[in-house]
Amino acid sequence: MQTLQKTELVVKNLSCSRDDRLLFDKLNFSLQIGQVLLLEGSNGSGKTTLLRILCGFRQADAGEILWRGDDMAASSYYADMAYVGHADGTKKELTVLENLKFALALNAPGHYSIDQALVKVQLAGFDDNSVQTLSAGQKRRLSLARLLVTHNILWILDEPFTSLDRQGIELIESLIADHVQQGGMVILTSHHDLNLSHLALQRIHLDTCQ
Amino acid sequence: MSVIPAPVGRFFHKMASPPHFYALAERFIPWLTAILLLLLAAGLYGGLYLAPSDYQQGESYRIIYIHVPAAWMSLFIYVLMAVMAAIALVWRMKLAEVMLIASAPIGAGFTFIALLTGSLWGKPMWGAWWVWDARLTFELILLFQYLGVMSLYGAIEDKRSAAKAVSILALVGVVNVPIIHYSVEWWSTLHQGPTVTKMDKPSIHISMLVPLLLMAVAFKFYYLIAVLQNAKLELLKREATSQWVKTLLEKSA
Amino acid sequence: MSIIAAFFAIIRRDLLLAFRRRAEMANPLFFFVLVVTLFPLAVGAQPHLLQAMAPGVIWVSALLAALLSLDGMFRSDFEDGSLEQMLLSHHPLSVLVLGKVIAHWLVTGLPLLLAAPLLAMFLGLPQQAMGTLWLTLILATPLLSLIGAIGVALTVGLRRGGMILSLLVLPLYVPVLIFASSAVDRAAGGLPVAAQLNILSAMLLAAVVLVPLPTSVALKMSVN
Repeated sequence: MQTLQKTELVVKNLSCSRDDRLLFDKLNFSLQIGQVLLLEGSNGSGKTTLLRILCGFRQADAGEILWRGDDMAASSYYADMAYVGHADGTKKELTVLENLKFALALNAPGHYSIDQALVKVQLAGFDDNSVQTLSAGQKRRLSLARLLVTHNILWILDEPFTSLDRQGIELIESLIADHVQQGGMVILTSHHDLNLSHLALQRIHLDTCQ
Repeated sequence: MSVIPAPVGRFFHKMASPPHFYALAERFIPWLTAILLLLLAAGLYGGLYLAPSDYQQGESYRIIYIHVPAAWMSLFIYVLMAVMAAIALVWRMKLAEVMLIASAPIGAGFTFIALLTGSLWGKPMWGAWWVWDARLTFELILLFQYLGVMSLYGAIEDKRSAAKAVSILALVGVVNVPIIHYSVEWWSTLHQGPTVTKMDKPSIHISMLVPLLLMAVAFKFYYLIAVLQNAKLELLKREATSQWVKTLLEKSA
Repeated sequence: MSIIAAFFAIIRRDLLLAFRRRAEMANPLFFFVLVVTLFPLAVGAQPHLLQAMAPGVIWVSALLAALLSLDGMFRSDFEDGSLEQMLLSHHPLSVLVLGKVIAHWLVTGLPLLLAAPLLAMFLGLPQQAMGTLWLTLILATPLLSLIGAIGVALTVGLRRGGMILSLLVLPLYVPVLIFASSAVDRAAGGLPVAAQLNILSAMLLAAVVLVPLPTSVALKMSVN
């Protein structure tokens, strides 16, 4: 019989330096289902570094990251999370459909089928278009479609609103709201003003975190 | 766990801390230098003056007192680097990383000396500055492996990542070392070439062996001194922003 | 998808990508032939000399062609963020890496076999060595992709990783070169080559097992 651990991300005493600069020291926060964490800070304040540590690409100098009570690496963290960074994570020579199918090879399937996801990100009918032919905004929406078709609880988004117009930004905000309401959690960084105040929003400002 | 007595465990734990290591290295180096000079004097006196001349090669064989210990060191240091690499990867110990990269140029240096002296030996023996015998070819490839480690470390900006990269490279390289050794040995037998390996004779006279071993130990002391010096420097670079380095630099200013 | 399905999915994906860039696919092959052509031009076209050198020349050229094609193994995925996505998959990276290396070999190594008869003809390699030439190419080209993968993984994050890659990988290639070229050489002389082929097979099997892990660790370091 397995004890059900609370689905929660806990970060304890995380410290990181980069290029001899202390980015953050003894950072503590936790994230529950239904919550959104907004990381704020000027350029170079360590937002992206923190996200990359949360993705496991980089190791912090000190501290722990716990998912469902267990250390990040030992738990189901990687099965439960998804990341959209500065790079899209898509192959430009492949079509929209091929990219999403490959994403399903790497991760378990989620709430939406490929067709439903494409409708939701307003890329319906673009199945057989190679990614090369898409605009920057469309490529960004494709990355988010990837989040919809795969199973994930935690979304980690680094500047998801870049290259998007007003309509695109509203779309992403609604996707985030839906995800969070359906039992997910989101960590994101953004320069833009966000209309997410109706959600349970935590804010961490990194410049003040020394 | 309790096999290691507590004071010894504490000593190693303390040693792994950069400022303590730095201070300890500074204290030891003068003593090590004194021992080195003694051993070198004894080894060179024994090898160059006391040992009899070889009945085949006359006096020119005496270069083995540098060539052979240098070749031994080139191999010894690479294996040591691999051990440090394993420690660095498994226990994420900064000092192991520092000692690893500090050893690389020294190992490369010894490999180069082995090649140079091997070449110098070959000239009077075979009339050629270079022969493709098993040992020299092996040393040449080993030199490239050392240069690879040094280049890779220099090329990666983030030194934590660089240390991880060279640890992986050193471990892969150490697996390659016996493979190279045996394949080059075998390859050199295909085309019966000349050999610069006097040491493969079944017995070596004691008057020649003793200076050789003295030189081997002397070279180990040299390595120890050089690696501690290099490690001190690398530690200062990697910990440049830490308090102990700032205090140290202020004190010596 | 299960891990086996993911393994095949990544091979299929890479083959599809290579096919979409098929203008580039023939490059290693052309390079292979071109380098071999340089030797008669450089040393003179005496048949006996060329015949004696043939096994070595063919194998050095194959090695250089393999070396040149290595960079493409992870570069594209590194640059567009696909590599990060692979790291985030709950499938172990080692398996995905092995898939990528196999796909790389299928695209860059296997075609080299096509050039073998042509090159044998250019250099006057005796007919009795042809079978061994095929065998060494089949055994050793995947070995070159595997061993090379470690070097690529260590240098993919560097801007000018190409030269360092050669420095890292060539010492690791030396044993493969020794045994492969010697096998062809002996076959040309009518001598048995079982020992060399067995050693190459053993090295290949060992590489399949041992290479994915350090390659994965190196990729994680590079993505830093």
